[in-house]
Amino acid sequence: MTRRIYGILNPLVPRGNCMPFRVFFAAAIALLFGTASAADLTIALSADITSLDPHYVAAQPNINIGWHVFDALTRVDERARLIPGIAESWRAVNPTTWEFKLHKGVKFHDGSELTTEDVAFSLERPLTITGSPGGFAVYVRPIVAREIVDRYTIRLKTAAPYGALPQDLNSILIVSKKAASNATPADFDSGRAMIGSGPYKFVRFLHGDRVELVRFDGHWEAPAAWDKVTFRVMPTDTARTAALLAGDVDVIENVPTADLARLRGSPNFRLAQAVSWRTIFFHLDQHRTRPPLITDKTGRPLAANPFMDVRVRRAISKAINRPALVERVMEGAAVPAANVVAPQIFGHNAELKPDAYDPDGAKKLLAEAGYPDGFGLTIAAPNNRYVNDDQVAQTVAQMLARVGIRCRVDTMPFSVYMTKARDQQFSFAMLGWGSYSADLALRSLAGTFSPDKGYGAWNWGRYSNPDLDRLIGRALGTVDEKKRAAIAREAGALAARDLAIIPLYHQIATWAMKKNISYIARTDEFTLAHQFRPAQ
Amino acid sequence: MLVFIIRRLLQSMLALLIMSVLIFAGVFAIGNPIDILINPQADQAEIARATAALGLDQPLWVQYWDFLRNAFSGDLGRSFAYNVPAVQLIFERMPATVELALTAMLMAIVLGIPLGLSAGMKPDSWFSKTIMAGSILGFSLPTFWVGLMLIMVFSVYLGWLPSTGRGHTTLLFGVPVSFLNWDGLMHLLMPALNLALFNLSLLIRLTRAGTREAMLQDYVKFARARGLPMRRIVLVHVLKNIMIPIVTVIGLEFGSLIAFSIITETIFAWPGMGKLLIDSINVLDRPVIVAYVLIIVFMFVIINLAVDLLYSLLDPRVRLTGAQT
Repeated sequence: MTRRIYGILNPLVPRGNCMPFRVFFAAAIALLFGTASAADLTIALSADITSLDPHYVAAQPNINIGWHVFDALTRVDERARLIPGIAESWRAVNPTTWEFKLHKGVKFHDGSELTTEDVAFSLERPLTITGSPGGFAVYVRPIVAREIVDRYTIRLKTAAPYGALPQDLNSILIVSKKAASNATPADFDSGRAMIGSGPYKFVRFLHGDRVELVRFDGHWEAPAAWDKVTFRVMPTDTARTAALLAGDVDVIENVPTADLARLRGSPNFRLAQAVSWRTIFFHLDQHRTRPPLITDKTGRPLAANPFMDVRVRRAISKAINRPALVERVMEGAAVPAANVVAPQIFGHNAELKPDAYDPDGAKKLLAEAGYPDGFGLTIAAPNNRYVNDDQVAQTVAQMLARVGIRCRVDTMPFSVYMTKARDQQFSFAMLGWGSYSADLALRSLAGTFSPDKGYGAWNWGRYSNPDLDRLIGRALGTVDEKKRAAIAREAGALAARDLAIIPLYHQIATWAMKKNISYIARTDEFTLAHQFRPAQ
Repeated sequence: MLVFIIRRLLQSMLALLIMSVLIFAGVFAIGNPIDILINPQADQAEIARATAALGLDQPLWVQYWDFLRNAFSGDLGRSFAYNVPAVQLIFERMPATVELALTAMLMAIVLGIPLGLSAGMKPDSWFSKTIMAGSILGFSLPTFWVGLMLIMVFSVYLGWLPSTGRGHTTLLFGVPVSFLNWDGLMHLLMPALNLALFNLSLLIRLTRAGTREAMLQDYVKFARARGLPMRRIVLVHVLKNIMIPIVTVIGLEFGSLIAFSIITETIFAWPGMGKLLIDSINVLDRPVIVAYVLIIVFMFVIINLAVDLLYSLLDPRVRLTGAQT
């Protein structure tokens, strides 16, 4: 890795015989070069890390760091397939009991061994965290009893059969009971409680600036490639790319789409891409007779809700030119979607194909449904949350205008958007979703809204289909993985046929790095230092 | 003077109270932080639990009353996103911002006043005209663009300076600072320059205008008649007389440098308070927003107080109270 010599134009370079100054200067140069040894990695992150407590808030940047210092019972690989983590195997003893067997000899960073005591403690800890706006309790609440069978075997009982438990447990990182008992958030940020079993040990955390880690040589798997890893926080897109071009960092995540072409063509850098788990789609209001923001061409409310007719929903889906959206607006960093979940995700139905662009067919369907002249609509979207979100909304508005639906576009910052959307103020609203399995996603997005069952928490359109609810329930209640996948695919097909939501595309996650490093790009968009390797 | 200071501090309490009410009402009007930070897989029961845990299900005046009660014991709330006390979070990041603001202000003063003085003494020379043209660029080019251009030129193309971040810090009286070591100084240079540009231009123009006016005054003519060297006239007599508007502007601008260095901090990933503020606004982290605004208001009060006290030092005719003492 080449570092430019910063001091070469330093007017203070001594010309005379001033020894102390020479020593100082040499020390300064040594500091600059010495910190850049060959086996170190510097990664620029695109969002700030708010807390290092792995059970506090489920924010992607926080969990990203968590995966370096800690480990979980189960993991997902780069294709979002569930693989063993600390648990070498698991099985459903009966429909409401799961048994997990841990690897033997897994060590924490302080040398102690990881046993089921630590697992039980970690599974209970999320329920004790108060004051979190978005915690992990939802993953462990289905567990009603934890039974420690022996040092390496633990049984978890659920109230009702719940097939998604192993997947949910991949979100609960295992902390050391000794170090994290009664630990406050400050204990994690300072490192006192950051004792995990992950491939890296915690060194330092500077709020808003960086996290420094060092390799843990006692890791139970093969040691990672890098001695020291530094994560630097750089939320501004252009500055992040500039840092990579200047050589200040080795890797950047979330490459802005405008820089993709330039980095792809450069001989000094390499891109790693994978279809991400994030799907961008539109929610449509499907329960109110007079939904807000839908009118006829003169501005008066319509007699009925056009979105409750599947022909209108199909027409809108046909009117959207997904290949053009992907190619022009997203600059190739997306894949047209027909499923709620991305291609690698559990329950993705590969037989579903995105609706082909067919404006004439769309107009015909609209005429059949009783809207030959179309109607007026307001499209709502955030403007600072998803990649190119406001451009996508505007492009969709233009596409719908070509089939007679006159659209206004209302974009706003995410903080404002979310509150209004959850308050049911929109009829056609954009949302992005990433999930490890289709049945979980459908439960939140398309399940009939019922707070007591926990269905439809994010079903803004209040779409309701009892058949879909039944399929989702059966899928989640099936502990056999293959059977569950088949039911989930069936549910996905039903949701696609009935257009519970209108999927647009799955995003593609991109990492850019120096040519001598390679990365196995991940569907879940995590940037894991131990999966970067030196390359030719 | 003591009475003056005490009266000023009491008045500031009122300003703080009004600001806190405005922020509470404002953030409440924008939205609910739970909606933004909630775990996507959470169901309605979890959302209700989280809302209750943060006290956000209470009516607004109850939440404000709780906040006031805690504020009097020094607790301005706990950040929703960071889960540490808001005040601690802000004070942790304050040294970075203050250091950046001080460096920028220093650059602006050290470069701006001499340049403005020389431009004012010979207003028709080509030197003066170049400086004035440059100052127009300085305050019309947007900070965002200048920052990115600096990064592109000095980091990407020339490779002289690091592009972002703070670099090595050393402890000075327990406070981490960057200017005491080479690596930190290199990291400090571009953000400080970016931030200083606007104030530099402002000071150049102000100083030039003041100098031009002062040079035409009688006391300058008499001093020259007495045979005093030009250097003494300018540096001792003229400078002191033009300082009042300059000190006012420096005071105001310094406050806004600390409070609103958001853009520079965001571009250069400088871990300061400004970035903290914009991030907190984006996720509606109300305790941090309220604490930040209150601290900034208090800081502005202190700066204005210092400026007023400085007036009385610079100009013996100025009395602090304004009435007969």
